[in-house]
Amino acid sequence: MSLIAALARLEAVRSGRAQPAATVRHRHLSERPLVFVPLTTAGEAGAPLGALVGTERDAPRLLVVPQPRDRDLRFAFLADLADIVLPHIDAYACSVETAERAETDPETGKRVKVEVDLCADAPQLIVPSRAGIDLVRLLGRSMRFRRTAEQDPEAPHPAPPHVPLLGRWLTHFGERARVPGSSLLLALTEVLTRHWASGQSSLEDQHLAALLAWIDPPAGASGADAAVRAELARDEDGQLLCPPAGPATDPAFDNKLLAPAIERYDRARTRLAAAEDGVEADDRFGDLTAAEQEIRALVASRTRPTWDAVWHGLDLLRALPEGDHVADRWTRDRWSFTGHRDRVAAGEPPQPRRDDAVTAANKLATREREQARLEAQEALDDPLVMAGRRLAGEAFAGEVLDVVMTYSEGKRPSPRPLVTVRTGDRPHLGERTKVYRSLDGKPQAAEFVGDEGSDGDGAGDFLVVLRIVDKMGRGKEPAPGSVPEKGDRVCFTLFEHEQRGGAKLPDPEETPWTHGGPPGEADAVPRPDPMTEEDVL
Amino acid sequence: MTALFAADGNRGRAFDPGAAAARATEAILRDTLHGAHRGVVVDSPPGAGKSTLVVRAALELAAAGRPLMVIAQTNAQVDDLVLRLAEKDPGLPVGRLHSSDPDPYDKALDDLPNVRKSTKAGDLAGLDVVISTAAKWAHVKDVEPWRHAIVDEAYQMRSDALLAVAGLFERALFVGDPGQLDPFAIVGAEQWAGLSYDPSASAVTTLLAHNPELPQHRLPVSWRLPASAAPLVSDAFYPYTPFRSGTGHGDRRLTFGVASDGSGPDRVIDEAAQAGWGLLELPARHTPRTDPEAVRAVARVVRRLLDRGGAAVSERAEEPVALTADRIAVGTAHRDQAAAVRSALADLGVPDVTVDTANRLQGREFDVTVILHPLSGRPDATAFHLETGRLCVLASRHRHACIVVCRAGVTQLLDDHPSTEPVQLGVTVKFPDGWEANHAVLAHLAEHRVPWRP
Repeated sequence: MSLIAALARLEAVRSGRAQPAATVRHRHLSERPLVFVPLTTAGEAGAPLGALVGTERDAPRLLVVPQPRDRDLRFAFLADLADIVLPHIDAYACSVETAERAETDPETGKRVKVEVDLCADAPQLIVPSRAGIDLVRLLGRSMRFRRTAEQDPEAPHPAPPHVPLLGRWLTHFGERARVPGSSLLLALTEVLTRHWASGQSSLEDQHLAALLAWIDPPAGASGADAAVRAELARDEDGQLLCPPAGPATDPAFDNKLLAPAIERYDRARTRLAAAEDGVEADDRFGDLTAAEQEIRALVASRTRPTWDAVWHGLDLLRALPEGDHVADRWTRDRWSFTGHRDRVAAGEPPQPRRDDAVTAANKLATREREQARLEAQEALDDPLVMAGRRLAGEAFAGEVLDVVMTYSEGKRPSPRPLVTVRTGDRPHLGERTKVYRSLDGKPQAAEFVGDEGSDGDGAGDFLVVLRIVDKMGRGKEPAPGSVPEKGDRVCFTLFEHEQRGGAKLPDPEETPWTHGGPPGEADAVPRPDPMTEEDVL
Repeated sequence: MTALFAADGNRGRAFDPGAAAARATEAILRDTLHGAHRGVVVDSPPGAGKSTLVVRAALELAAAGRPLMVIAQTNAQVDDLVLRLAEKDPGLPVGRLHSSDPDPYDKALDDLPNVRKSTKAGDLAGLDVVISTAAKWAHVKDVEPWRHAIVDEAYQMRSDALLAVAGLFERALFVGDPGQLDPFAIVGAEQWAGLSYDPSASAVTTLLAHNPELPQHRLPVSWRLPASAAPLVSDAFYPYTPFRSGTGHGDRRLTFGVASDGSGPDRVIDEAAQAGWGLLELPARHTPRTDPEAVRAVARVVRRLLDRGGAAVSERAEEPVALTADRIAVGTAHRDQAAAVRSALADLGVPDVTVDTANRLQGREFDVTVILHPLSGRPDATAFHLETGRLCVLASRHRHACIVVCRAGVTQLLDDHPSTEPVQLGVTVKFPDGWEANHAVLAHLAEHRVPWRP
C-alpha cells in the first residue's frame, strides 16, 4: 500500500467515511451497462443458481435454476442468458465507424495504413465483485467448447443454440478484464476501491454492501458501523440483512431456506413424474410451479439488494467527471471488441484451453505495457493520484525560479535550456535521471543536472536544476511556449508518459526449441485430459 | 545449524578450491565446445567467477573459429563483459550492439580499437563476438542465426525474453545464479502458472522444462565470500547445491586503526570484523518502511566504518588495503529506504558510498556491506519481503564482513506469518522457501548480536 493510500485509510477510520482516492473517474462507464448479478450453488464449481441481469435498473430479468444439479435446467439457464446477452452484444457489433490501422503488407513487408471497421461503441458488462469476474470466466470456459445439435448432430448432449457463442464472448470479456485499465468487464468493488479509500481492509472491501456503507453511509450513521451491519447483521431467523454480493451465497441461507425449497421442488417433480392420469398431473404440476416460484422468490430476494447496490455504486461513480485519458483506453476496448467480433464472424474456432507460448508472452507484454500506461495516465489525469506519486518520490511539482539558455555542442547547436525549479517534494533523482512533463498532451523530456540544496528559507524546499532536451522545435531558438518561464508552476514525473511497443515475438509456428517448438508438435503442449462421461454436461 | 558452522573449520582441509573450480570449468567448456546437446546450464553461486567463465568460454569459442552472440540482461553487464573481453584479448574483434537512446554504452568502450559499436546487427556481421542486452537482441530480425550463444544471468532473464531471442542462435551456454532474485512481472501472471513456458518464469526454468536432458554444471567455489560467510549462504540458500569459499579463515582480516568508543555501531563493527557477521539489533517496534531510527543507525555504522580507519587484508594484495567509501555498500529492500539512507548519509557528510536495493546490487561486490533487514520493523511478512533471493543478494555482496541492522522480533514475526502463497499445480516448489532461509540466517546472526538503543 502506498503512503498516501495508508493515510487515506487512516483518515477514513477517523472520520467514519471513505476518503476520495481520486478526483476524476478513471474507468469508462457505458450509458447502458449490462449488469449481471449471478449466484452459484455451494459445493459444485460454477453451477449457477440464478442471476439478475439487464440494462434497466427497474426491470432486471430474473433467471433461476430451480435444481442446480440438473444439467438440462442449467442449459436452459445458459440459453436464457444467451438470449439476453447476445442481442445486447449484437447491437454494438453492428454499428461501426471507419478507422485506420497499421498492418504489415504481406507482399512488401512494409507497414502500411489500412482502413478498417471499428465498432462505434462496445458493450460493457458489470458484475458486483472480483469473484463475479471469475465466474464469468468459468462460465465462458464451460460453454465455449460445447457443440450444438446443428454443429454436431451426433453429440450426445447437444447444447442449446447460442450457448457456445455466449461462452466465447464471456471468455473474451473475462480475458480482457485482465488487461489493466480495460472497462469491457468491470467488478464494481474494484472500481469503487480505485476511487475511494475505506477504513477497512482490502479483503473487507470486496463486500459490496460494506464498501458502499463506507462510501455513502446512511444519514447520521458512521460508515464503520454501517459496514459492520452490512457484513454481520442478521434477522430473527438468522439470515443476513444484507446478502453477500455473490456469486457465493451465505451458508445460513443455503441450509435454512434454499435446501428445503429445492427439496420440495424435487419432491414435486418426482410426484409429477409418477402421476397416473391427466387430472392428477395437472394438480401436481401446480405444486411444481409453486415450488419453483418459491425458489425464484428466494433467489430474487438474495440478488435484488446487490442489484440495487450495483446501480447505487454506478450513480456514485457517474458523479465523478471522466478522466482525460479514459476515452483513449476505452478506444482500446473497442478495438478488442471489434477484433473478437471479426474472429467470430470469420468462423474461427473458440479460444483454446491454454495459451501457447507466444500468445502467453504477447499477452503478458501487452498487460505490462497497459499497466505502465494506466499508472502514468491516471497520474496525469488526476492531481490526487499525482500527489501520491510525488509523495513516493516519483514526481515533483514546483515553481520555476530561473531559466538559463544554453546550447548543445555539435554542428547544429540546439537549445538546451537549464531550468531551476523550487519544490517541496523529495524526488529520487540520480545523475542524469530523465524526467518528463506534459506539454500540450505530449511528454517533454528533461534531464536532472543537479540540485542546489535548499534555498535557505527554512520551508524544506529545495532547488532542482533540469536541462530540457526535446519538443522545442527545429530552430536555434526554442518554439514559443515550449520552455517553461520564470514563475510557471510545473510538474515533472520520473516515469515515462507513453509506452514503447516491445519487440515482435516469433509467430507461434516459429516457437524455438527452448520453448518446446511449434505448438502443433507432439510433446510441445501437455495434452488435455481425455474426454470422459463426466466432462459432458 | 550451529553445529554445521562450527564444523566448518575442518571442512576445507583436504579441499583444493583452485583445482575444484578448474575441474568444473574444464567440464563446462568441454560440453560447450564439443558436447552433443543444444544447451548447457551452469549454476553459479555468488562470486564464483561467473563473469570469468563467460569471458573464457567466449574466448575459447572465438579461438575455435566459432563466432558467437552474447546475451546479457542490462547495459552495465554488457559493457562490463566487453571491457573484460578486451582486457583478456585486446585483439579480439568485438561488436557492441546498442540502442539508439542517448549514451547507450559506457564511454570507456570508445577507447578500445577492436570494439565496433552499432545500433544495427548487420553492421557487426562477421565479428567474432557480438554482445548486447536481451531487450536489444529481441529487435534483431532477418539475420543468419549464430551457431553459438552465451546467455549471461539466465536466471534473472524472463522466459518471454528468451522466447524473443532464442531464434537467433542454434545452441547456447546459459550461465546464472539460481539463488538470486527471480525475474518478476508487474501484472499478475497466475493464469499461466504451471505451464512449462509460463512467460513470467525464469528462462532456465522454461528451458529445462522442455529440455530436461541438457547437462547442468555448477561452479563449486565462491571467491568472493569469505570463509565466515560461504557456509551460511550455502546452507541457507543453496542447501542442495553446496559450495565453499576459495579462501580460508586466516586469509582475510579486517582491522581498524581507531579503537571502539563502546557505542553500538562500534561494537557491531568489531564483532563483524572478527566474525564476518554482525547484527545491530534495535528495540522491537512496528515502524514505517523508512524507519528513521534504523536508517540513522545504518548511516552511523557506515560513518564509523570510515572514521575508524579500516584496513582489509586479503589474498589479493600483499599490503593491507584501506577500507574506503567505494568499498562499502548499503543494501535495502525498497527504493524509498535507499533514498532515506542516502539522505541520512549526506547529513553525516558521507558521500560515495553505494546505497541501493537488492535488485540493483545483484552482481556487485564490496569489502563490507551494511544491510537494513527486509523484515525489520514490519508488522507482516509478505512474499516480497520473504523472497529468498532478496535476502541472498543482500547477504552475499561482501568480501570481508556484513553488518545487518534490524529491529528485534523478526523471528517472532516469521513464526506468526508462515508462507501462505497458494500452491499452483505444475509449479515446482522452490526450496528453500524464504521463511526457512530467513530463519537460518537469523539463527546465525543471533550469535553476533549487539543490542543497541539509539
